[in-house]
Amino acid sequence: MSGLMTGLGLPDAMAAVIVLALNVYALTGGADFGGGVWDLFAGGPRREQQRALIAQAIGPIWEANHVWLVVVVVLCFTAFPPAYALLGTVLHIPLALLLVGIVMRGSAFVFRSYGSRTWEQRRRWGATFAVASTLTPLLLGVTIGAIATGAVGDAGGQPAALPFREVYVAPWFAAFPLLTGALALALFAMLAAVYLTLETHDPALQDDFRRRGLMAAVMVFVCAFAALIAAHVDAPIMRAGLMTSPWALPFQIATGVAAIAVIASLWRRRYGAARLAAGAQVSLMLWGWAVAQYPYVVPPTLTIRGAAAPRITLQIVAWALAAGALLLVPSLAYLRRTFRARRPASRV
Amino acid sequence: MTNLLAARTQMAISLGFHIVFAEIGIGMPLMMVLAEWRGARTGDRQYLELARRWAKGVAILFAVGAVSGTVLSFELGLLWPGFMKFAGPVVGVPFSLEGFAFFTEAIFLGVYLYAWDRISARAHLLAGLIVAGSGAASAVFVVMVNAWMNTPTGVTMAGGTIAAVDPIAGMMSPAAFPQALHMVLAAYASTGLFVAGVHAYMLLRGAAPAFHRRALAIALMVGAPAAVLQPLSGDISARLVARTQPAKLAALEGQFATERGAPLRIGGVPDEASATTRYALEIPHGLSLLAYHAWDAEVKGLDAFPRDDWPPVAPVHVSFQVMVGLGTLMALVALWAGWAAWRRRDLARERALLVALAVTAPFGFLATEVGWTVTELGRQPWVVQGLLRTADAVTPMPGLVVPLTVFTLLYVMLGAVVVALMAAMVRETGGPESI
Repeated sequence: MSGLMTGLGLPDAMAAVIVLALNVYALTGGADFGGGVWDLFAGGPRREQQRALIAQAIGPIWEANHVWLVVVVVLCFTAFPPAYALLGTVLHIPLALLLVGIVMRGSAFVFRSYGSRTWEQRRRWGATFAVASTLTPLLLGVTIGAIATGAVGDAGGQPAALPFREVYVAPWFAAFPLLTGALALALFAMLAAVYLTLETHDPALQDDFRRRGLMAAVMVFVCAFAALIAAHVDAPIMRAGLMTSPWALPFQIATGVAAIAVIASLWRRRYGAARLAAGAQVSLMLWGWAVAQYPYVVPPTLTIRGAAAPRITLQIVAWALAAGALLLVPSLAYLRRTFRARRPASRV
Repeated sequence: MTNLLAARTQMAISLGFHIVFAEIGIGMPLMMVLAEWRGARTGDRQYLELARRWAKGVAILFAVGAVSGTVLSFELGLLWPGFMKFAGPVVGVPFSLEGFAFFTEAIFLGVYLYAWDRISARAHLLAGLIVAGSGAASAVFVVMVNAWMNTPTGVTMAGGTIAAVDPIAGMMSPAAFPQALHMVLAAYASTGLFVAGVHAYMLLRGAAPAFHRRALAIALMVGAPAAVLQPLSGDISARLVARTQPAKLAALEGQFATERGAPLRIGGVPDEASATTRYALEIPHGLSLLAYHAWDAEVKGLDAFPRDDWPPVAPVHVSFQVMVGLGTLMALVALWAGWAAWRRRDLARERALLVALAVTAPFGFLATEVGWTVTELGRQPWVVQGLLRTADAVTPMPGLVVPLTVFTLLYVMLGAVVVALMAAMVRETGGPESI
């Protein structure tokens, strides 16, 4: 294993692992946030059934899914300490808000499930859960968008010499990061709607989420297109990577095919195919960002090699990851299997 | 308020909040597993009911613990980018291992809480055991990081930065074992005796005695042995501090002057300006005996260190005294309960013992808070003892009093909600019809 890693470059491999963990987080934890979005936008005659289905679907798994974000954070500060220090400094405001969202979402969810006695309490915690679920993905997207523009790297050079606004606000409060936030929200909402069609046998409820999935897929189109336009001004590295590099065309085609496949399979009620296509679309977009800004962790100042921790640290973490995977993969499979089997009761 | 003080306060509040939930996350799963196991073995439905009721509370407490732990992992970068840049390559390794332990804990907690009726009783019990084990492992890995900050090993310095690292040696720093032992025992003692105190209180009120008697027995099984062992673990820790962090020891004991045959001070108010500790009850040679196990051993006073390297003496000394006092009372109550159980008395009818348990219920969590204060304030002005000053680790972002206010309000609100929900759950077990 270490031989393979030497060939690839250990820091590169570690960066790839971080993107992979972020990818799994988007597909699992991201969808849990998306579920909260649909709690917020629950409506029609089956409003309470929609909410109950969402709660039942994410209840047993959201805490395990959430840990992927912790994995991303820990690997980031272990493998690329200067990058983590820079992000923590310049992106303090959106990351602190992200934390407030994470805390409120998780606590409100368990307060509603386990602590509420009256309908009024349930409604209040439900509303908190839904609003926090909607704001958190926005902030996550804003963070990634801000890194991609290169403004974080620029601001981090001399934080004391520049005015507050330029260092701590401007890098993320700009068109591209904000549109990336909207894109993340739309993607997570789409994932959640598609997953939820598979969580019930009630055709009416399936149709509720099918319609929501279609709406979200259209929103994804709109946000992605707007972000691409904003990249022309805000994010030259993204623009170059996504538009002119040799892999740009195949990448754009693949993402486009996945996006159309989501809509087509939802339209034809092929929910299994829709789940595959939605997962592929989210993953492609995430890897598109990562590959476009290669070889930077935080463009245009910190490269993967330049920011990497000493080799010995990376090697130990690589072994720990291998050992951890042996432990986690069967455990996660067991968790999924335990809760996958849909209750026959929901057929009635 | 300076930026540095705001950052330190926010970190202290975040840690002080999280540590209670972390301890519960270590202690409660063991108690639930014991109750479930007894229920399965004896066929006594009350034990299973007890495990289920505890699990309902744990679902809330674990979620709050998980999200407040996430806050801490981000705050390392948001408040202390200088520390992460400096120490990331060393402390990242135990943090990564903690990540896996936490992952395992979260996965099997999901199974434990939601799969009562989906998997076999044996598999369910095993899931609970895995939660209990991985919770304790998480604590050990996190404490390894703190131990390294107290007694850093495995780094070679050159010009203020780390030139070479050995993360494994960093994990095995001298303080790692004593601190991990002290923390895990603290978790079992605090959680066990708190829960025992709650059920003792319900027994005193005459509520559902059959249910609360069983709950008291299980809680004492976890809490009492840990509370009795904790003073021994404290002795190991104190001797290590004497050897590796003499300035911290001097602050703990209010020892300003270096002397042979130093006395042990009980109580007292240290005054940094006059370099004296007043109003203390002094036991001659006590400190030399405790710290070095020798009658005339020399104990370094704060006068042996530059003024810039002194920790804030009074809060460290007072916190230490409070911790030792609370811990001693807990150990005595635990011994009392053990003696009564050994004499085969019905604990539920020992009113005096029940009163003592109810009164001392919060002592463990209080002792944890002041104990954590001792280890953190006692290390100041260093974030990594002797290598990096706290002032050099803080973020350059101005206005840190704003996030401090936001997170303080958030935690006050969360704390109030959690206490109200738990109180309501306990009250539910009050009626004779409810169980």
